[in-house]
Amino acid sequence: MPQYPNRQFLDFEQPIKTLYEEIEKLKHTAEKSKIDMTDSISKLEDAIITKRKEITEHLTPWQRVQLSRHPDRPYTSKYIHKIFSNFIELHGDRNVKDDKAMVGGFAQLNDETVMVIGQQKGINTKTRQQRNFGMANPEGYRKALRLMKLAEKFNKPVICLIDTPGAYPGLEAEERGQGEAIARNIYEMIRLKVPIVIVIIGEGASGGALGIGVGDKTLMMENTWYTVISPESCSSILWRSWDKKEIAAEQLRLTATDMKGFGLVDEIVPEPIGGAHWDYDEAATILKQHIATALQEIKPLRAEQRITNRIEKYGKMGFWNEVPITENNHQ
Amino acid sequence: MKKEREEDLDQNLTGEETANPAGEIKPKWYSRIRQGITTSTADKKETPEGLWSKCPQCNFICTTSELRENLFVCSKCNYHHRIGSEEYFEIIFDNNTYTELFDNIQSKDFLNFTDLKNYQKRLDEIHSKTDLKDSMRVAVGKINGEEMVIACMDFEFIGGSLGSVMGEKFSRAVDYCIEHKLPYLVISKSGGARMMESAFSLMQLAKTSGKLSQLSDAQLPYISLLTDPTFGGISASFGMLGDLNIAEPGALIGFAGPRVIKETIKKDLPEGFQRSEFLLEHGFLDFIVDRKQLKEKLHKLIVLFKG
Ligand SMILES: [Zn+2]
Repeated sequence: MPQYPNRQFLDFEQPIKTLYEEIEKLKHTAEKSKIDMTDSISKLEDAIITKRKEITEHLTPWQRVQLSRHPDRPYTSKYIHKIFSNFIELHGDRNVKDDKAMVGGFAQLNDETVMVIGQQKGINTKTRQQRNFGMANPEGYRKALRLMKLAEKFNKPVICLIDTPGAYPGLEAEERGQGEAIARNIYEMIRLKVPIVIVIIGEGASGGALGIGVGDKTLMMENTWYTVISPESCSSILWRSWDKKEIAAEQLRLTATDMKGFGLVDEIVPEPIGGAHWDYDEAATILKQHIATALQEIKPLRAEQRITNRIEKYGKMGFWNEVPITENNHQ
Repeated sequence: MKKEREEDLDQNLTGEETANPAGEIKPKWYSRIRQGITTSTADKKETPEGLWSKCPQCNFICTTSELRENLFVCSKCNYHHRIGSEEYFEIIFDNNTYTELFDNIQSKDFLNFTDLKNYQKRLDEIHSKTDLKDSMRVAVGKINGEEMVIACMDFEFIGGSLGSVMGEKFSRAVDYCIEHKLPYLVISKSGGARMMESAFSLMQLAKTSGKLSQLSDAQLPYISLLTDPTFGGISASFGMLGDLNIAEPGALIGFAGPRVIKETIKKDLPEGFQRSEFLLEHGFLDFIVDRKQLKEKLHKLIVLFKG
């Protein structure tokens, strides 16, 4: 992960940047004047930790969204390399092309072979384009499905890491059936015989997320969001303005706490103080533990039982009023 | 040459009454017909006299009763006007006889969602203006003697949006099909998921897919009829998961709406993009069916599945 001064700071993280700058100043002075500043520096370093904690304790939903998109935040590949061993990336949907917004392959989680799949964002201008900002095309979803089927054939669990601002809304995407690709994945994932653990590691935007997001256990990292539409698009449609994204984020109840409260996700995965971007190793260690535990819980079940449980779990989602039955015979 | 109609589909998802360029969704006479539903069939069939309807595609003018006679299809250019569940049920079921199912399930504002208006207030207002309880109605009836369950969307109810109620009605319809060993037809017409129900709307994609997998295990046919327009969450779930996917001519069908795609690629979209004929050409539909042949075709399919 980037170290100061290469770190990037969101507007509400500016106080932390200021502390870093003070440390730099002290170090500079110490060097010049040969005075020992260790004490003051370590006090400031403690202050940074305190500040990180303070900031994440009082985040608005919109700030959570911003954190989920933090430019220094670890993406799918980072977690794959830190959590799993012997990762072999597998490419292509065997039909159109290899979609670089979606990655996946066999790997080992504590000595056990699993299939790990996820959307991948780029880390600089060039790779962001290459990865299409984590927005997969139909061939990305079809590659994901191919890998899941491969896992099913060899009885290996599937782990999906979700981080997408949405499925790509492009011309070719429509030609090649973006809707069908996502629909097919959702349908097949419900019926997949092997255990599936889902983790929202960043952005969980709508169908683009759910297209690799159906499983036995859904985990949501602390500073992520997951809902039916991005707050920006929601603002533009329902408020007819791009300026209401903060309100839209509140109204959508898209945070991990909300989603857990609604029973739409199973668990919240804590992040390092201040967010996953402060310590990749720690973030990965905590996540690894949660994935492993979730897998242990669902693995002992028989495949049929898992599928029935999935159908029942999703079947319960929703809210409505039921008024007493009046049978309406239309003649 | 067909005139490309520009319409902001997303606007329909706001639940506000919109001046829509497609023009035909809810002319006044149509509401009056709806008012008549609870009275008698004779009244209902009566279209107020002296009212004219203009085709949004070719500008052909005919009386509304002529249009109704013609199953709301323009007799000059074959433009398929947008119609609702009431009309589809009448067109498809024998003698317009059917039993509506699960109409006791109604939306509620669980999240206390407020955009420019509170969701519950929005629901109450729509309920006071129309007989529709939500964006989908389910009915069982006969098609040339063959029994079938039909779930049909109503676009005028918050753009036919997919929320908890649609998901639950869809699911219970599947259970009904399995219990009575009946084929299932879903007629889609929707702008996508209902934003006021947030992630609960999104989860309906998984919920309905789970039910379809049970229908599939029971080896009962599921036909998905896509009509103008069908977008977002519907096409990313059960809309595209039919044993057969079929569509009305000229219907706009896709995942992302044309406006969003245009803004993303910063180019004009080719003519006919996302129309039924385009989807057929790209391999996503089994066939396109004219509304006037719909009933016969459905009957033939049921017979083929049974035989
Ligand atoms: Zn016409």
